[in-house]
Amino acid sequence: MKTLNVNGQPVEVDAQDSTPLLWVLREHLGLTGTKYGCGIAQCGSCTVHLDGVAVRSCVMPLAAVSETTKVTTIEGLSEDGSHPVQQAWAELDVPQCGYCQPGMIMAVSGMLNASPDADDAQIDSQITNICRCGTFQRVREGVHLAKEVAKKSKGETA
Amino acid sequence: MSELMKNPMTVSRRGFLVTTSTLGAGLALGMTTRPTAASASPLDEVNAWVHIASDETVTIRIARSEMGQGTLTGLAQLVAEELDCDWNQVTYEFPTPGQNVARERVWGDFSTGGSRGLRGSHQYVREGGAAAKLMLVQAAADAWNVPASECTAAESVISHSASGRTTTYGKVAEAAASVPVPTQVTLRDPADWRVAGKPVKRLDTADKLTGKLVYGADISLPGMLCASIMDSPVMGGKLVSFDESAIRKMPGVKGAVAVVTSQGTNGVAVVADTWWQAHSALKQLPIEWDRGPNANFDDAAVTALLEDGLDADDAYVGNWGGDVQAAFGASATQVEATYKVPSQNHAPMEPMNATALFTKDRCEVWCPTQNGEAALAAASEASGLPLTQCEVYKTILGGGFGRRGAGDYVHQVVEIAKVFPGTPIKLQWSREEDQKHGFFHPTTMAKMHGSLDAEGNLTGLHMRISGQSILAGLMPHALVEGADYLQFQGVIKEGLNPSMDDHSICYDIPNILVDHAMRNPPIRPGFWRGVNVNQNTIYLECFLDEMAHAAGRDALEFRLALMKNHPKSAAVLKAAAEQGGWGSNDGKARGLAFLHSFGSYVAACAEVSVDGDGKLSMDRIVAATDCGTAVNPQQIEAQVQGSFVYGLSGALYSECTLANGEFQEDNFHTYPSMKIAAMPKVEVIVMPSGGFFGGVGEPTIGVAAPAVLNAIFAATGKRIRQLPLKDQSLRA
Ligand code: FES
Ligand code: FES
Repeated sequence: MKTLNVNGQPVEVDAQDSTPLLWVLREHLGLTGTKYGCGIAQCGSCTVHLDGVAVRSCVMPLAAVSETTKVTTIEGLSEDGSHPVQQAWAELDVPQCGYCQPGMIMAVSGMLNASPDADDAQIDSQITNICRCGTFQRVREGVHLAKEVAKKSKGETA
Repeated sequence: MSELMKNPMTVSRRGFLVTTSTLGAGLALGMTTRPTAASASPLDEVNAWVHIASDETVTIRIARSEMGQGTLTGLAQLVAEELDCDWNQVTYEFPTPGQNVARERVWGDFSTGGSRGLRGSHQYVREGGAAAKLMLVQAAADAWNVPASECTAAESVISHSASGRTTTYGKVAEAAASVPVPTQVTLRDPADWRVAGKPVKRLDTADKLTGKLVYGADISLPGMLCASIMDSPVMGGKLVSFDESAIRKMPGVKGAVAVVTSQGTNGVAVVADTWWQAHSALKQLPIEWDRGPNANFDDAAVTALLEDGLDADDAYVGNWGGDVQAAFGASATQVEATYKVPSQNHAPMEPMNATALFTKDRCEVWCPTQNGEAALAAASEASGLPLTQCEVYKTILGGGFGRRGAGDYVHQVVEIAKVFPGTPIKLQWSREEDQKHGFFHPTTMAKMHGSLDAEGNLTGLHMRISGQSILAGLMPHALVEGADYLQFQGVIKEGLNPSMDDHSICYDIPNILVDHAMRNPPIRPGFWRGVNVNQNTIYLECFLDEMAHAAGRDALEFRLALMKNHPKSAAVLKAAAEQGGWGSNDGKARGLAFLHSFGSYVAACAEVSVDGDGKLSMDRIVAATDCGTAVNPQQIEAQVQGSFVYGLSGALYSECTLANGEFQEDNFHTYPSMKIAAMPKVEVIVMPSGGFFGGVGEPTIGVAAPAVLNAIFAATGKRIRQLPLKDQSLRA
């Protein structure tokens, strides 16, 4: 038994140390929003946040995640789908099949955590997720819109 | 089994609630969810297409599959348009293939491919919506004791203006169900559309943003076990033996099962509590294979086979007119060039999967499929139970692109489930399995031979295709005296084979011969987004560019001269060229391509630059589409943009190569896919000319590669005639 902090809550996990975090989330915790796409850190479908930083959970063994690490999955990104990235994605109808999108949204929100003003060059270098449907143009527009949404909501709460 | 278990969405939503409440995320609270779909039973519906609840929720039944292409929303728009309901109250559900069997195919064809989602069903779904409206109005009129002709309906409200009375669809829906079904309906002219034709938002977005949407891979049923499979690594090879004792004690493992199906699978699956356990054990399982007759087949053998067909006598003639040999004899200039396109895998983001529950008298399958009815047939065949004792519950697909029309994975999961009667089994393929056991985009070559007269007019064209036939591999019954007419997609003259008129060549070339030497390597072919237009359009459009160049003529003017009798074709080509800046003296390198396929007319103008190191940058693409009738312009834009990513991923990076009978590219590190940094900006022109419904998911994929390849020539003077581009130098 190991305790993890997932989406703000302590949870007990009974899995082997070598089990990738992706499968712990999907199969032990029922958090199936985090997707399997390649298993070798190539596609980004499995992206989650560890302490706010986007990581690919398919190559992250359970043993490498400490009890105090804050794990955030797509299910915990916001309570009601209202994270600026989710709002922007809804506004622009970004997803096609949608399978890559939890990972895409976590990658983008992770980037914006560190660089709230991320520009196109940063998008190109940091968003390396694969989307076979080819939603990239709206993803790019979505990043820029999310920045605006975030600023606006900050302004409102300030 | 309980009603709850039959509906994966319900099961999973419950599962989700349990999970999130354990984690305290509270996501389910206060979230805008679409109303829960009603069950597709005939009892409380207005008709097969429409169910309206007393709370005014309008549930529109969608028979086709949704794999990202937006068909679900487009079909709902068409029904809602005629129904005149409040669009804000619309939700959807997928009737099951079993229900379709029980109701004598009231929903028609479930198969979703060939860009047929809308163009193949717009008529009857609109009629369904219109009939439902008439029935609702009649029910209100009956209640008021007035003639229905005095009543009107809009936005789910029915009014009788003479008496000032109004009611709503929700209030009369139950009564409407027993109104006689109208025998005649009038459909609204698309010029007067209010919901259809508009860029409304998709109906399926919200749950895709929160992780809540349940894909096939996410299905969870009580007591379910998970399986990972390894099929014979060589096509046609066989499983000899495996040593289950070696993995018996591994955590969670329940057993290893030989899986042999009528679809060619000959492999082994490991079943365990979780997929990760099953997959880890499978990797440790000692397996002995008989590698079979193709054990030494490799890429050189594929190439030799295809090259053999380039000049062979045995070729099926698909398109002919005039006398090419005479044209060549009388010509001033002749040009020859040989092109090649490799095998490519679909690689949808969600690897293949399916879940099955088998008992001695029932077989149920949950799966992402492009063809629900074929999946039902597969469940029946594999289980040995009649169709009426089988059922398939479709999920939204994590990508299809043609791959999920096949039922191989349904056969597999049912075979495994038969070993565990009463226990649901979820079979999830690894990405590696998905890469090795695809239904591959056919590999072909083409030898192009053209002639010009002294004025630089194209007088003759012989296009010899050599290579793999999809129909020969998948549906030999569809061959016509051995010939595969689908092979001539985009290069066959209108009228020569009426089934191909939606894919006709729109250049009038006085002397033409297009023929196909069928050469089938031991590779399983499949329908890959765009199907045969991918390679055929590269061959034709790049070669036309070569001919224009040889003639010293402008590539746009050269094409337009051949399109005089094809105004729709000329219109899209001009539109793309104009907005793309064709002919401007800004020093930018541009390339053009045109195609008529899946009923639509499309063209692209690509702008690229190549730096001193030969590095390609695709800077901008303008794509024009005349799909006749545009049901949702913003989704057409999304489809066109996506088709460039998919098509250019193929042209730039994708090939599946064989060594010792085994595919070598087993994951995205060796089978790369385009990422955001490489995607060109795609400007989409939607220019519906009216009067027909053309497809939109596939046509523009055909022009993606040739427009870019022609632009590369403009930039470098180098012709790329073999794909993918990845390892080739672009330095002039
Ligand atoms: S599944 Fe983790 S990067 Fe692809
Ligand atoms: S939306 Fe389908 S893979 Fe990205």
